[in-house]
Amino acid sequence: MKELWKGNEAVAEAAMRAGCRYFFGYPITPQNEIPEYLAKHMPARGGVFVQAESEIAAINMIYGASGAGARVMTSSSSPGISLKQEGITYLACAELPAVIVNMMRGGPGLGNIAPSQADYYQATRGGGNGDYRTIVLAPASIQEAADFTQEAFDLADVYRMPVIVLADGTIGQMMEAIEWRTPPRRELPAKEWATNGHRGERPHNIINSLFLDVADCEEQNCRLQERYELIAERETRYEEYMAEDAEVLFVAYGTSARLARAAVLKLRAQGVKAGLFRPITLWPFPEVALHARAAMPSMKAVIAAEMSTGQMIDDVKLAVNGIRPVYLVGRSGGAMPMPMELVELALEVLA
Amino acid sequence: MTHEIIISGFGGQGVMAIGKTLAEAGMHEGLAVSWLPSYGPEMRGGTANCAVVLTSGEIISPMVQEPTELIAMNKPSLTKFEPTIAPGGMVFVNSSITEIKAQRTDIVAYYIPCLEIAHELGSAKVANMVMLGAYIAATGFIRPETIREMLTHIFTGPKAALVELNVEALRRGAGCVDG
Repeated sequence: MKELWKGNEAVAEAAMRAGCRYFFGYPITPQNEIPEYLAKHMPARGGVFVQAESEIAAINMIYGASGAGARVMTSSSSPGISLKQEGITYLACAELPAVIVNMMRGGPGLGNIAPSQADYYQATRGGGNGDYRTIVLAPASIQEAADFTQEAFDLADVYRMPVIVLADGTIGQMMEAIEWRTPPRRELPAKEWATNGHRGERPHNIINSLFLDVADCEEQNCRLQERYELIAERETRYEEYMAEDAEVLFVAYGTSARLARAAVLKLRAQGVKAGLFRPITLWPFPEVALHARAAMPSMKAVIAAEMSTGQMIDDVKLAVNGIRPVYLVGRSGGAMPMPMELVELALEVLA
Repeated sequence: MTHEIIISGFGGQGVMAIGKTLAEAGMHEGLAVSWLPSYGPEMRGGTANCAVVLTSGEIISPMVQEPTELIAMNKPSLTKFEPTIAPGGMVFVNSSITEIKAQRTDIVAYYIPCLEIAHELGSAKVANMVMLGAYIAATGFIRPETIREMLTHIFTGPKAALVELNVEALRRGAGCVDG
């Protein structure tokens, strides 16, 4: 049965449905309904909700609870996510699963509370220090926000790493009709590494992100890189819309993809063969599929549409690799790439 | 069939509630729906608006640039959004606090004295329901019974008496656009 859910509340409910019983966070608009919902409902389901004294405290509580083997989540919005970066790189190095939700808002700095996609670099390049990646899932609807949040916990556990659900204030604040469904089951490895109580029945586990010996540190890096390659092979996801015969291809994720879809329909109504390529995993980026689509003989141009001054476009250009021209409609500060702008640029580049 | 609606007014007028009620009623009618608030550092007395899309097909984008209908609960909302209404669209003006008229001739305008009617019914709080009643009567794609059914789930126990008050507000609003 369909139910009307607000994005933030759907994310919070999805986390509990996925078995998350520990949430640590600190308030910030436009994601406040996540902690609000969990503060109300988590205790009743036997879980723990802590409003930490800061974002930094919250991400370190995540480190501790994850280290003990629990399913954990924190959520914030752009400036708050910046504060969490040290904790995220520690989680990545110590191979701890965690789900981190970022309902992006305008930046840089405190920016504003309007929707934005300007944390793409931060999320996909590893916003903290060192060579690490996080899986980044980008929902474009409330249904996907609910589905991907649940899947994020499994991905985090399977690959022992932080997973970011990257959306924006629009997805957080919007209501849509959704159906609750459980994600496809994955084989979840036992958390034999967890530092939980064992009454002396096994050697102590140690969770650490300090590798002072050069060889040890390089070995840890290689371990992580091998895993990242495996993830790129297995977990890359994208969706296409009317792309099969396209001569102009929009590439957009999340909220921008909704707008680009409207632009595709407007162009098709004028007889222009437009299509949409929507990355669902921003890391790993679906570069092989995008390259193949761009390489179609019918294709004349690729247009990246994003709510930033141009971040995802770097990955688009790497994927397209010079075989087609790549253009940008990039809006910032809470503004969005509106369908008419996309239509106008498409007509211009095809002329 | 697709309706793209902007509902706008002062914070505290129940603008968001009109939108949510429409979205939920649309969902019960089997339509695809979305509700998108303009969220800002807004408060009672500030400005507030939301965009609702209801369609028998698939919702492409939840952002509304060219509304098929505008519900303007105050004067600034009419001034701001009237130019964006799609040709042939409708505007519903809360005439209790909006002394100006719509300027365009390619749209249909309804003037609903929401506050006067609400006061007659004994509660200023139902002014938004008067407006909703006018909207569903003029557009005709949501059955009043659907909203009544929803109200019986919202107002239960000691609040059950509010169902009839709200239903009456819807009916009086509908009366403003009939004939």
